[in-house]
Amino acid sequence: MKPQSGATSCLMLREGTIFERSTPERKGFQLSFPEVPRLTPTTFSRTEPAELPEVAELQVVRHFTRLSSWNYAIDLGTFPLGSCTMKYNPRINEEMAALAGFCDVHPELPPPFCQGSLRLIFQLERALAEIVGLDACTLQPAAGALGEFTGLTMVRAFHEKHGSHRKYVLVPESAHGTNPASCILAGYQAITIKVGPEGYMTTASVEDAISKYGRDIAALMTTNPNTLGVFEQNISHIAELLHGIGAQLIMDGANMNAILGIAKPGDMGVDVMQYNLHKTFSTPHGGGGPGAGPVACRSHLIPFLPNPRIVHKAGIYDVEYLPDSIGKVKGAFGNFGVMVRALTYIMNHGSQGLRTVSKNAVINANYLRAQLQKKYQLGTSTPHFHECVLSDSRQIQQNGTKTLQIAKALMDYGYHPPTVYFPLTVPGAMLIEPTETESLQELDQLAEAFLEIAARIENKEDTFENAPTKTFVGKVDEVGAARKLILSVDDRPR
Amino acid sequence: MASVPGGLRYTKEHEWVLMEDNIATIGITDFAQESLGDVTYIQLPKEGEMISKNDPFGVVESVKAVSDLYSPVTGRVIEVNQPLLDAPELVNQDPYSDGWMVKVEVKDTSDAEDLMDPGSYKEYIEEKG
Repeated sequence: MKPQSGATSCLMLREGTIFERSTPERKGFQLSFPEVPRLTPTTFSRTEPAELPEVAELQVVRHFTRLSSWNYAIDLGTFPLGSCTMKYNPRINEEMAALAGFCDVHPELPPPFCQGSLRLIFQLERALAEIVGLDACTLQPAAGALGEFTGLTMVRAFHEKHGSHRKYVLVPESAHGTNPASCILAGYQAITIKVGPEGYMTTASVEDAISKYGRDIAALMTTNPNTLGVFEQNISHIAELLHGIGAQLIMDGANMNAILGIAKPGDMGVDVMQYNLHKTFSTPHGGGGPGAGPVACRSHLIPFLPNPRIVHKAGIYDVEYLPDSIGKVKGAFGNFGVMVRALTYIMNHGSQGLRTVSKNAVINANYLRAQLQKKYQLGTSTPHFHECVLSDSRQIQQNGTKTLQIAKALMDYGYHPPTVYFPLTVPGAMLIEPTETESLQELDQLAEAFLEIAARIENKEDTFENAPTKTFVGKVDEVGAARKLILSVDDRPR
Repeated sequence: MASVPGGLRYTKEHEWVLMEDNIATIGITDFAQESLGDVTYIQLPKEGEMISKNDPFGVVESVKAVSDLYSPVTGRVIEVNQPLLDAPELVNQDPYSDGWMVKVEVKDTSDAEDLMDPGSYKEYIEEKG
């Protein structure tokens, strides 16, 4: 079977900015005259009308529908960015989230009037805590990064409650790129821990850091499996070392898709961790709408969880405010609609089903790895979990073709490129995560596209300097775009 | 193969330093610019600021990644390559001359002596592939 091709052989509609559709005085919607008196002081009112496009409803619909047809999405084809970005959202999730009892509930309703919704949050918290082997969970954080911040802030509150003012968080270079940023936002200094040649943290590097910074270390924050898709094999021993100096082990659960029902972070010695419901539990991505980055913790950190907590007493769901809580990190209880989707996914699969999800995700990634290593250098020889990392070193030697060109060439085969130049520990990295939902046929097609590109490079037929050539928008000047920023419609060259 | 001029000292993070009396001129190596790809933005300290050995003193951003610049010496910044801030491509075109970043007045003129000489840096980047 030939790889998917002809990404542009369908009707593609060009579309300008919505301002170009504007006609003076045209209105799409008329706000009714407010019945309540205006309270905003006039000093804060704008004096000139806002520059908004004047368009009718259908023009707005056409504008955004046309633009959306330019998108590549998992609903169109294999998406090698994987769960790291977002995995397939089963349609049953949407059906459940659209139930009137869930979607029409007001976030400020008193508990007696929203027992069902509180029960859903309570159940999802327990399910997520069980999946990771920890004692409690909050669903409040609106995204993974806010979850990281929440976990770190809880760790800070824990240390300060015990009169300990610590300064540093150790972050291995195999951790997610957001981890050091979150440490700094939480008021800590991030100390980089080098990764060993096998692609995971060595106990010795953590021992070195402990002998240097001692009890000034608040925590170690790691992503496991890490960004190389490799399991942090020394994690339990590292947890013991950290606990020995009263420090906490924080885990970024971004890669939980690899270990559902197989390994529990709680058993590895993790004290607190965050997940991304869109990465693992098939909810829409936070970047494109409301997200959720729940945080689970061990019992000693429960007092510091965000307020309010949902409790179940005598058959009634209620809210409770903890005195030592770090406070609210998001309005209401978080993004409720996302929680409905995640619980649907968990209940739809059940415990055995979730285990199968991770098994299939790992098998798919390793099948691709086995296919692709025929022509590509692997980023590490250590076994991968749910994603595999390739390098462009062979292709550079063959005819100077680099990762960026290979990624662009893939677009001409009808695929979205994988993550490139990350992780930084592998030169010219291509990080490929097919997820559990791709069939053998689809994996074979993707592999065939990769291998055909590699064969053309090996035979010195192409360097793909001009790729992509078949897409709606051809090769773009990324360097020029970054160096000469055009930030407004009015600044566009005409 | 990336060029490694003689007469300079090199860090593991791929900065080069030229010591002339108590003035250190600092930039990033040919290997570094090659690995980063097209540089799109550079952030450097202001004249008069103190920078410390092994600590970040600036940022270089390329189409691939954002990386910290680590100072090979401790001292006061006496000159910043202003044209570079508007034309970051100079780092790609000429990392060792027009692409220099800052000049630093150092207290300890032996500050750079523990860094790699051209021979050992060459070996170091060959290992890195």
